[in-house]
Amino acid sequence: MSIFLNENSTVIIQGITGRDGSFHAKQMMEYGTKVVGGVTPGKGGQKFEGTVPIFNTMHEAMQATGANTSVIYVPPMFAADAMMEAADTGVKFIVAITEGVPVLDMTRVYPFVKEKGARLLGPNCPGLITPGKSKVGIIPGRICTPGNVGVVSRSGTLTYEIVYQLTRAGIGQSTCVGIGGDPINGTNFIDCLQAFEADPETKVICMMGEIGGTDEQEAAAFVKANMKKPVVGFIAGQTAPPGRRMGHAGAIISGSSGTAAEKLESFAAAGMGVAKRPKDFVDLVKARM
Amino acid sequence: MNIHEYQAKELLRAEGVPIPPGRVATSAAEAEAIAKELGGTVVIKAQVHTGGRGKAGGVKLAKAGEARATAEKIIGMQINGLTVHQVLVTPAADIATEAYVGIILDRASRKPVFMVSPAGGIDIEEVAHSTPEKIRKMPIDTRFGLLPYQAMELGFFLFPDDVKKARAAAKIMGQLYTAFMKNGCSLAEINPLVVTPAGDVLALDAKMTVDDNELDRHPELVALRDETAEEPSEVMARNANLTFIKLDGDVGCVVNGAGLAMATMDLVKYYGGDPANFLDIGGSSNPEKVVNALKIITSDPNVKAILFNIFGGITRTDDVANGIVTATKQNPLKVPIVIRLTGTNEEIAMKILTENGFSASSDMDEAVQKAVALAKGGKAA
Repeated sequence: MSIFLNENSTVIIQGITGRDGSFHAKQMMEYGTKVVGGVTPGKGGQKFEGTVPIFNTMHEAMQATGANTSVIYVPPMFAADAMMEAADTGVKFIVAITEGVPVLDMTRVYPFVKEKGARLLGPNCPGLITPGKSKVGIIPGRICTPGNVGVVSRSGTLTYEIVYQLTRAGIGQSTCVGIGGDPINGTNFIDCLQAFEADPETKVICMMGEIGGTDEQEAAAFVKANMKKPVVGFIAGQTAPPGRRMGHAGAIISGSSGTAAEKLESFAAAGMGVAKRPKDFVDLVKARM
Repeated sequence: MNIHEYQAKELLRAEGVPIPPGRVATSAAEAEAIAKELGGTVVIKAQVHTGGRGKAGGVKLAKAGEARATAEKIIGMQINGLTVHQVLVTPAADIATEAYVGIILDRASRKPVFMVSPAGGIDIEEVAHSTPEKIRKMPIDTRFGLLPYQAMELGFFLFPDDVKKARAAAKIMGQLYTAFMKNGCSLAEINPLVVTPAGDVLALDAKMTVDDNELDRHPELVALRDETAEEPSEVMARNANLTFIKLDGDVGCVVNGAGLAMATMDLVKYYGGDPANFLDIGGSSNPEKVVNALKIITSDPNVKAILFNIFGGITRTDDVANGIVTATKQNPLKVPIVIRLTGTNEEIAMKILTENGFSASSDMDEAVQKAVALAKGGKAA
């Protein structure tokens, strides 16, 4: 088992012929992901790498393939439209990798996607990977190994760092999910925690948050009220100054709210393990397996 | 991106918000000329990207004849570490009551939220904290926009007994919402929204923040950016497509990825050091980015040691290694450098670095401890 993605997932890549889309399409196919189609307007009828059919529109791609997952690599100004186009076709799971999507665009996308009944992951996220089975997005496959730890994070490379440390310590992962660093995104921590709680293969969950917003505090309250499985948490940005956007659009302390200290306190209050530095995850997870 | 009060007022005026006239001056003589033209008592207001201008003495009333002397005091002064280069000169308004009207992008509801309060003119966070009943919040579905009945509800919250003023306020809220959406804002506020003794409703101060992600579709807003109001190293970084924030410490950090960059700063602190900056070189590993990053970091005289922390996923660590070699050949380093890299093409990167006289480690904690020790003047462990 796993969450959101498994060996049977069938994937359409929106923006498959672009620079990022084509690079990661190849990486996903090499990893074993079932890439069944791609979308690039004007290139319908062609084939990507001689095997994957390309369509002009998402509707055509869905009609021909019936995929259950779509991944978006289109430029930021077109990403909102691509997400809504995907949702309109009835695809169940939409993963938006694109960084730099205007936040106001997302205020329209989010309710639209929700009303269509699709799950959105991202934008501005690295996607997800179920080690040994499938990956959608940009997480490097070789740093992961199959196992029983669920990983959910707001960042990219920090997640790789921690997953890699787990892997080297012999601790495998059930699914690693990057929910993205934007202030408005689709799937949040609670959605992932809930799914991990229900996944028989996941025994322990690692959660990596950041400064800004109150998602981590709400997730901690959820852990306390609803979860039997142990959760270990970390917050990046303990030394970040208030009022400055730390790379990710969502990583900003506004006024006195969204600090690392208040988030870490909420973790401790929920009985979660608290990693003071990335390295601590290994021992904290081992103690909870 | 922050814009100045006078720029925000221009954007609001364009939507019809009633705002007293006023112009911006960069010299005391210019301020005097504007004051004469306006006649009567004026307010001279420092234009800087920070709050608390009034408390710091950056907002002053001046009678005709005093404008020059007052402007002279304000131009050049420091407010929260920022130098005042410009002042807004505007007529002093008679005020009967002050209210607050703002729109922020709210993460929890995933919508823009109106916040209005009859207790205006002061810090709205303070009002929210001490007297939350004095604030009305209303999330807006951007697919429908601000509906007339919603605007009226907000207007009546400010002026429960006066339909005329409630309507005037509702109209201004509609205009504020239009400006917020049209300019891709993450924040737009009017504080205070005043009623004059004659019963007119006016916006006396305005603040707008534009979502950086919107700038590609708003070249006209990019032109509003005031680079003199920013840290020079941050301007340099932005022009080189790097995300950089200057801090006060002495360990210069070069990292790929925002989350890892924050975690690296935190780890520097954990081991007793102080980070000099946040710097994310991003996902692509163009060697030129590394060259620019080093230029920016070494221009800070506080930096006593440089720490590279690269996790090669998409980023190829050999590209970063080549960048380090090129950069240090162009501009030999005057401070020690500690390199940590792991992941994609790690062996090639290590070989490049060793051949060029650098050493590198693949352990993050080890590298951070070494950099902290070097910044303190100690020998590396």
